[in-house]
Amino acid sequence: MENKVIIVEDLVRMFGSFTAVDHITFDVKQGEIFGFLGANGAGKTTTMKMLTGLLSLSGGGAKVAGHDVQTEPEKVKKSIGYMSQKFALYDDLSVWENIRFYSGVYGLTDKEIQEGGRAMLDKLGLGDVHNQLIGALPLGWKQKLAFSVALLHQPEIVFLDEPTSGVDPVTRRQFWEMIYEAAESGTTVFVTTHYMDEAEYCDRIGIMVAGKLPALDTPARLKQQFKSKSVDEVFVKLVRDRQKK
Amino acid sequence: MRSFIGFVIKEFYHIIRDYRSLIILFAIPAVDLVLFGYTVRNELTRAPFAVVDPSRDQVTTEIVQKLASSHYLEFEGYLKNESDIDPAFKAGKIKEVVVFDRKFAHKLTHNRSAGIQLIADASNPNMGALITAQISGLVQQFQATHASGPPAGTPINIRSRLLYNPDLRSVYLFVPGLIAVILMLISALMTSITIAREKETGSMEILLASPLRPIQIIIGKVVPYFFLAFIDVLIVIIIALSIFNVPFRGSVTLFLCEAGLFELTALSLGLLISSWSESQQTAMMTAQGITLMPTFILSGLIFPISSMPRPLQWLSTIIPARWFLVIVRGIMLKGIGIEVLWKETAILGGMAFLFLFLSLRAFKVRLD
Repeated sequence: MENKVIIVEDLVRMFGSFTAVDHITFDVKQGEIFGFLGANGAGKTTTMKMLTGLLSLSGGGAKVAGHDVQTEPEKVKKSIGYMSQKFALYDDLSVWENIRFYSGVYGLTDKEIQEGGRAMLDKLGLGDVHNQLIGALPLGWKQKLAFSVALLHQPEIVFLDEPTSGVDPVTRRQFWEMIYEAAESGTTVFVTTHYMDEAEYCDRIGIMVAGKLPALDTPARLKQQFKSKSVDEVFVKLVRDRQKK
Repeated sequence: MRSFIGFVIKEFYHIIRDYRSLIILFAIPAVDLVLFGYTVRNELTRAPFAVVDPSRDQVTTEIVQKLASSHYLEFEGYLKNESDIDPAFKAGKIKEVVVFDRKFAHKLTHNRSAGIQLIADASNPNMGALITAQISGLVQQFQATHASGPPAGTPINIRSRLLYNPDLRSVYLFVPGLIAVILMLISALMTSITIAREKETGSMEILLASPLRPIQIIIGKVVPYFFLAFIDVLIVIIIALSIFNVPFRGSVTLFLCEAGLFELTALSLGLLISSWSESQQTAMMTAQGITLMPTFILSGLIFPISSMPRPLQWLSTIIPARWFLVIVRGIMLKGIGIEVLWKETAILGGMAFLFLFLSLRAFKVRLD
């Protein structure tokens, strides 16, 4: 039996009388790249916030890295990495200061930070600019660096919230290579995206529509199920169905 | 604890990197103090006055000489009679007229009483009151030095006494007020902006998704500004003592403790504001509206509370700076201690506690 690192059961989140997340159930296996898709306002960010301990649940339950997000949020937070498109790293801090800060927050020792940080910068080819302010770096570099920083404390799961928004195609390609590398080393990747071609790179995807999760499978099987040529078509069909109702 | 220290270090980086704000932060106290100290002064500098003196006897002449030799006043000459007073005021040459009774010296020796009427140009009410008070004081001094005869009774009918700030140096009053304003500005305004900034850029989410606890984030935000504000207080005090010779009659330790307490109140208020504000701009507007203007207008810094309409006097009781001003003026100018100031201290402490409680609660609610 495969090791399930995210288990979501009958998850509900209400905002007043509005149901943002409507009884969804899914799980994610260790080392998997799980793509989470949905139109704006479909509930994917809300779901992600509940899984990362930022929002309380209105109903159902969720376990992340073996810990209940409701009763042990602190343990969940220690086991995950989190990176969002909206904010990556502090612009007014240098590359190295950002690394130090985030690693410190996750409780890494000075030695671990020194070794891990150096190795990471060398790998990214950013060794020369470690004293530069983040604000001076191109967006693509920032995103790659932010992803590496989110992995520095070796979390079981890394949550990526639209990590490649606004990034050029070449960098996006490199970014996904980094995601594959992380998954191969055993880290589970939970990623939301608006790019349907990126969805094709995922092991499995879930598509949220109006708070529900009507599609959940590998990209290949979803295309078969919805008789579509691409994930893009699957997505459009699902959203149209919903609008007809 | 390690992650908390890392967080505080990060906050210091933010402050240091934003060197323009930093310069402003440290320039504000110096510039404000110099402005208040030199330009916005209320005290007299060579206020012109005239005299109506029908008798021109030895006593009145001596009094006029005494007044004329004061470096707060400038003697402009005698007016022939009382009907000249109004035109002289209107011409704007004089601010005050001193009118002696007829046969002043005679009345003084025989009736044991003589009157001096002081007429002020009260188009600037503060100035008028100040000049009048100044002249009263000088006449009284004259009386004291020339007291011949029995000490019983008060031969010259002017009574007024100015305590603690007999020279009416406004800088004495402004320095304590300035400390309050600076502490409010830095503590409330800066903390609310810095937290709103983390929300605006989205970094707050990253921080909340990390193992840092909300309370660590809040305290980590507060600590650097607490230090910064304290440095500013020291700058103000040093300038005030060295350049303006403001007296410091009370306990320095007590003063620093009270300043710390007031800072805590202001910081908690800033946290409360930041929990309402999603953007830096909202935070700034709210903080200015809630802290700066009321502190300037209602705390007694510029306008005496006793001369406000009653509803505003009631309103002033919820302004933290009002109580802090009483404390600072008490310690610096009067040299009184906690045995007198315990009430104000207790009120400030209560406010700090209330704001802190509310802001911690508001911060928790945000997460759900």
